[in-house]
Amino acid sequence: MNEIIESVKNLSIGFNSQKGKQISILRNVSTNIKKGETVGIVGESGSGKSTLALAMMGYIKQGLFPLKGECLFKSEDLLKMSSRELEKIRGRKIAMIPQNAGQALTPNLKIGYQIDEALKLHTDLNKTERDKKISELLNKVRLPSPETMAFRYPHELSGGQQQRVAVAMALAGKPDLLLLDEPTTGLDVTTQAHVLELLRFIAKDTGTSMIYVSHDLGAIAQVSDRIVVMYAGEIVLEGPARKILKEPIHPYTYGLLKSIPKLSLAGLPTSMPGSQPQPGSINEGCSFYDRCNLANDNCKKNSPDLEHIKELDTNVRCFNYKELINQNNNLQTSITKKSNNTEVNEVLKLKDVSISYAKQKFFDQLLNKISDQNPTVKDINIDIKKGETIALVGESGSGKSTILKSIAGLLKTKDGQIKFDNDRILSSDLKMRNPNDLRAIQLIFQNPDESLNPNHTVEQILSQPLKLYFNLSGEKLKKNIIDLLKKVRLGEFYMSRYPRQLSGGEKQRVAVARAFAAKPDIILCDEVTSALDVSVQAAVLNLLQQLKEDLGTTYVFVSHDLAVVRAISDRVAVLYQGRLCEIGPSQNVYKFPSHPYTEVLLGAVLEPDPDIKPKLVAEDIVEEKPPEKGCSFQGRCPRKIGDICNSEVPPWQIGENGNAIRCHINIEELASLQK
Amino acid sequence: MESNLITEDKQKNKLEKAFEILKTMASKPSGLIGLTIVLFHVVLALISPYIAPYDYKAISPNTMLLAPSAEHWFGTDSLGRDVFTRTILGGRTALTVTFFGSLIALLWGGLLGIFCGLVGGKIDDVVMRVVDAFLSIPWILAMLLIVSLLGTSTEVLIPALGFFYGKGIVRVARAATHDVIAKDFIVSARARGHSNMSIIWNEIIPNVRDAILVEGAMRWSWMLLGFSSLSFLGFGVSPPTPDWGLMISNARGLMSFAYWSVIAPIVGLSSLIIGINLTADAFAKALGIDRSTKAPV
Repeated sequence: MNEIIESVKNLSIGFNSQKGKQISILRNVSTNIKKGETVGIVGESGSGKSTLALAMMGYIKQGLFPLKGECLFKSEDLLKMSSRELEKIRGRKIAMIPQNAGQALTPNLKIGYQIDEALKLHTDLNKTERDKKISELLNKVRLPSPETMAFRYPHELSGGQQQRVAVAMALAGKPDLLLLDEPTTGLDVTTQAHVLELLRFIAKDTGTSMIYVSHDLGAIAQVSDRIVVMYAGEIVLEGPARKILKEPIHPYTYGLLKSIPKLSLAGLPTSMPGSQPQPGSINEGCSFYDRCNLANDNCKKNSPDLEHIKELDTNVRCFNYKELINQNNNLQTSITKKSNNTEVNEVLKLKDVSISYAKQKFFDQLLNKISDQNPTVKDINIDIKKGETIALVGESGSGKSTILKSIAGLLKTKDGQIKFDNDRILSSDLKMRNPNDLRAIQLIFQNPDESLNPNHTVEQILSQPLKLYFNLSGEKLKKNIIDLLKKVRLGEFYMSRYPRQLSGGEKQRVAVARAFAAKPDIILCDEVTSALDVSVQAAVLNLLQQLKEDLGTTYVFVSHDLAVVRAISDRVAVLYQGRLCEIGPSQNVYKFPSHPYTEVLLGAVLEPDPDIKPKLVAEDIVEEKPPEKGCSFQGRCPRKIGDICNSEVPPWQIGENGNAIRCHINIEELASLQK
Repeated sequence: MESNLITEDKQKNKLEKAFEILKTMASKPSGLIGLTIVLFHVVLALISPYIAPYDYKAISPNTMLLAPSAEHWFGTDSLGRDVFTRTILGGRTALTVTFFGSLIALLWGGLLGIFCGLVGGKIDDVVMRVVDAFLSIPWILAMLLIVSLLGTSTEVLIPALGFFYGKGIVRVARAATHDVIAKDFIVSARARGHSNMSIIWNEIIPNVRDAILVEGAMRWSWMLLGFSSLSFLGFGVSPPTPDWGLMISNARGLMSFAYWSVIAPIVGLSSLIIGINLTADAFAKALGIDRSTKAPV
């Protein structure tokens, strides 16, 4: 078990800047991968984790080059090999599973053919043996009916199934080392849990070593034996998974773990100040100095070495790590949020809202109606109280963003009404709404790179709503912009900056400031933290909460991440295929009894704790369309009771905690089933 | 506080930015050559009336078809006029007409393209089909028709050329608009309730400007060629105004024994076209719109 399969020694990788300066992206990285071991490399974007992982395959991205050090695979340096020699190793000895299998598979070749190609290249089997091997591989990655699967095209599979095919292809050459670059990042929560479960099984079954690269400590916790934490191109902490996750002794890892929202905690996670330094900007001292609360003068001047601590079997790059030993109890704390939910006035009501993406037929166009019997979103009834945060949760295709768009007026509703401000009906057409209604409802988008005009300065971005709604100009406009920036904790000097000069968190803050510029009553947040790094996510969540407490704004918060929702929301609505499954106060939705779909979702959440394993209760099939009759979850429900689920829409049942569940199973029975 | 920035990328005013772009363009040999040629032609066009050694329309039977000499550097033409004088003056009309023609093409083509890209739907369909229909008409025939109806003055030529060369820009502007239209900052502006005009002006133009400008620069060289073709056919500027196309046309029959009267205007015209093309390419690269980028490996 202790045979070292690949070892990286003092590796530095960098590039030449336009000014001819040499800038390193990886600095002095050394680590070993043992046979049969799964190593998780974790870090935020820009920490060099992918560069390290790719270098372990002997691949260096264009523009980068190795500055020093070596990557020894079975005592041969991969970085010195010719491409001919590398060809012999890649696929056979080291295989890679890409992040987005949908893009990595050739779209016009059948799955079986693509796996066959890999087999032809890496094995000496003949045709019949290969055919047998293909169905064996497809079976191993647990794809349904492997015989027919081989004759399908990639687009006929769901994202999770495509990822399984990629795993099968990687396994074709019987590699000693598997490299996984964020293999579950684009997948839905339940699919993600299933793929991780499969990977864990394969690691155990085949004895392959794995390098698992991810930003997600939750996923890393599920598969890794050992964890390497990267920060600003350096390894800052390395050790057994359990030790790293339960008793982190580096302040960065400690802060990172604290900034992850957890299902078990009701409050908001603690955020870490600042952001990762840019490559080349660290001159002396510890790279984490600016953000560290243990830092002293020594840390500013000298950079710590990676120190091996024998009793913990851990390497740590910190002078003051001793202060963190035995501090692990503090990991399970969070900031309690104030709920200013005293007002009972409803500010927004969705009444029987249905939304359809179906194209209007000619006659319907004349009559100006949509005749779609099975719309994407159907019968949504939600009353939103003033000052509360209501979250819409569901996997992709659940219609949560669709509902948000129609509240914003960007998508016409098919049936039903959106009532705003004393039961006044709001037109579903943007052009028919009056300017004051438009002002009152503002949107914040998922990706600030897309939602901020790249050619505008922050000042121009923020002046748009101020000019439009309040007709401000000159000094008054400037003063308002400065106030807004202060509100989102940005300084005045940000006014002249362009979005590309800001970090991800700063960009999202500007987007938040722009929404608040309109002095809105309701802010619609569409996955506002999913594009951000964990430490930044916590800061943005805290900011949103603070602004809400100060200004009494109402949030409609859309997210796929149940832990984030748990942290920020007062009430949660769970959606499946555009139909409501469960709605209630968040602390109760996260408790049982719950709708079978909520149960599935909660079971699939990955916590950054090796002791909490996901409970996989349902298959991760993807349904393209909502069923025409009956319960929306009939296709995947683990607790389906019979024909009634297929034919009748289940009734609403109110639990004693106040959460409403839409299920045919009696709520008390559900409670006893889910115990 | 997050204050982590690449400090090299500081805020710059517009003049500095333009200078920066010029500097980037001149940093590669092809760009430098292109810029030098264009600059040379522009300066020459500006100062040529003051440095021309002879009167461009002075006809003299004594000096017919003289070979290049110290007195007449590029020789004389069939009417005894100095070819050097006429060549350095010949670029003036071509440059002015095509420069303003390109501006007009840019304006109407760019705005219409952006508008179509933004509103989409039926209006877009109808406008684009009309543009397609125009694309299918051989422009030179249509130009001949216009010129023979309205005359060959620059007041007619500039808008007519601008009109015919703008329809290609419509497509480019529309495609560039389509690229940005789905981005969230446009959706955001829509949700706030900005008018279409405000969205075009504030959100779209800053993001499609570069692509349209590059296309305009490319069209400029094509238009130059087109304008010279018109003159060559006798439908451009009228004699005795010196013009390269006209000069080539007049002297082409004498090419076998008085080659000098043809070569000078040809060199003038082709060097300017090559210069503009190189400049446009360098301009595109400096703006980050590289047409020849290789696929990442």
